[in-house]
Amino acid sequence: MRVNFTVNGRPQEADDVWEGESLLYVLRERLGLPGSKNACEQGECGSCTVRLDGVPVCSCLVAAGQVEGRDVVTVEGLADYAKQRAEHGGCASGACGTSLDEAQQWQAKGTDSQTGEGTELSPIQQAFIDAGAVQCGFCTPGLLVAADEMLERNPNPTDADIREALSGNLCRCTGYEKIMDAVRLAAARQGEAV
Amino acid sequence: MDFLRPASWEEALAAKAEHPTAVPIAGGTDVMVEINFDHRRPEYLLDLNRVGDLYEWEVGEESVRLGASVPYTKIMDNLRAELPGLALASHTVASPQIRNRGGVGGNLGTASPAGDAHPALLAAGAEVEVASAARGTRLIPIDDFYTGVKRNALQPDELIRAVHIKKADGPQQYSKVGTRNAMVIAVCAFGLALHPETRTVRTGIGSAAPTPVRAKAAEEFLNAALEEGGFWDNGKIITPSVAKQFADLCSAACNPIDDVRGTASYRRHAVGVMARRTLTWTWESYRGTRRASEGAA
Ligand SMILES: Cc1cc2nc3c(=O)[nH]c(=O)nc-3n(C[C@H](O)[C@H](O)[C@H](O)COP(=O)(O)OP(=O)(O)OC[C@H]3O[C@@H](n4cnc5c(N)ncnc54)[C@H](O)[C@@H]3O)c2cc1C
Ligand code: FES
Ligand code: FES
Repeated sequence: MRVNFTVNGRPQEADDVWEGESLLYVLRERLGLPGSKNACEQGECGSCTVRLDGVPVCSCLVAAGQVEGRDVVTVEGLADYAKQRAEHGGCASGACGTSLDEAQQWQAKGTDSQTGEGTELSPIQQAFIDAGAVQCGFCTPGLLVAADEMLERNPNPTDADIREALSGNLCRCTGYEKIMDAVRLAAARQGEAV
Repeated sequence: MDFLRPASWEEALAAKAEHPTAVPIAGGTDVMVEINFDHRRPEYLLDLNRVGDLYEWEVGEESVRLGASVPYTKIMDNLRAELPGLALASHTVASPQIRNRGGVGGNLGTASPAGDAHPALLAAGAEVEVASAARGTRLIPIDDFYTGVKRNALQPDELIRAVHIKKADGPQQYSKVGTRNAMVIAVCAFGLALHPETRTVRTGIGSAAPTPVRAKAAEEFLNAALEEGGFWDNGKIITPSVAKQFADLCSAACNPIDDVRGTASYRRHAVGVMARRTLTWTWESYRGTRRASEGAA
């Protein structure tokens, strides 16, 4: 079957989709967006977390056909998504978003602290780099999407709020302390910016 | 496989009537796991995401009519006052991502003895509203809904429209044993609701029998003991011997198995502990509100 939906603010069409396929599979294998990771395919790890109509979900548990006509944000579109939110309170015009090409090429270069070069990251992405919250990086995309959504809802989270919001995301490397640091850092920077 | 995409409740019922083997998919948090792991290859998937009615709830005089697909997150955020037991139970389900998608309709559809909604529904008192294109709507009392391990009273052409849950008229609690706070299927679970209006107590036990069950003998014992001692009126502390007998009877209501999550004897023991604790918590809360209202009077 064919599925039409919006990915990172741009309309996309996925063809030859098998009816039992997950959104995660469509994103990775049909649209060439491997940012959302596949680790468990059973909702346990959160590494496939995306936003579906704004709500964080495990894309491995959403059937492809269920996203017809709906709006998905993946980690590849997170930088632009956060920018639009900060500048305009969201994308109203429909002219923003991240094209499939850009999304496929997307790399977390960050801003080099010495040269100031590189692509602009969302505050949460930059905070993960600055706090050293990325080791193997497999859990990172899911954590970024989940953490960004929490900060959108709750700009001044307590540690308990952060733990709760990230309780569906597993990391086997960091021991979570640096991840906590990163989210606190992003929250603090967000507070300063206002 | 075919993907059926009804746009309304009537269309959904018509599709289910035409294809009784179609597997409904709401949040997909049970169904997709089975498909991803090739445990299930249904001929038809019946997507319920477009049926807006299933995502709504209405708070009535006596009860809440909770649409089958209302996600747990919404229950926690919006119905904590009316359905405290179910809201507490919802909060123990999996993780935010799962709670954003999964709901009570899916929990009832799966009818796992470990489903967290069940003990809360049993304790609060509820009826499941189901419908078919051929025979219209019927209400199934929650006590008759669970018919076996992962089996329920639905006919092949029926869908769950909503659950009618009695609004809380007193304190409710939900307790669950697991290895950590997030993302655990219950080793066993216990729900308890005080119903001061009818001077009754209701219970629900999860994961300690082939189906979710009430501890009816324990309820009857406690109802009689509370009545006899005038507890509802005098608001005294529950006698430890009464609490112990109640806990023992709750343990006795279990018919558990040994499995990877725990042994049968552990489950029996833990249900007794949770029964005593939830009784104490709810009763203390009842006494507190009684005192407050007496103070005001
Ligand atoms: C990682 C993970 C952790 C989990 N942890 C818990 C937990 O802690 N506690 C717990 O209780 N559950 C848990 N679950 C199971 C699951 O999330 C719940 O059972 C949830 O309530 C299912 O809801 P859903 O809408 O996603 O159901 P779906 O997967 O869409 O459907 C489940 C079943 O119900 C049927 N169904 C759905 N809607 C209807 C309807 N309207 N009419 C008739 N049949 C219907 C489907 O055909 C299917 O058989 C977990 C699942 C995962 C993946
Ligand atoms: S891959 Fe989806 S939760 Fe693990
Ligand atoms: S950084 Fe390796 S899993 Fe989290």
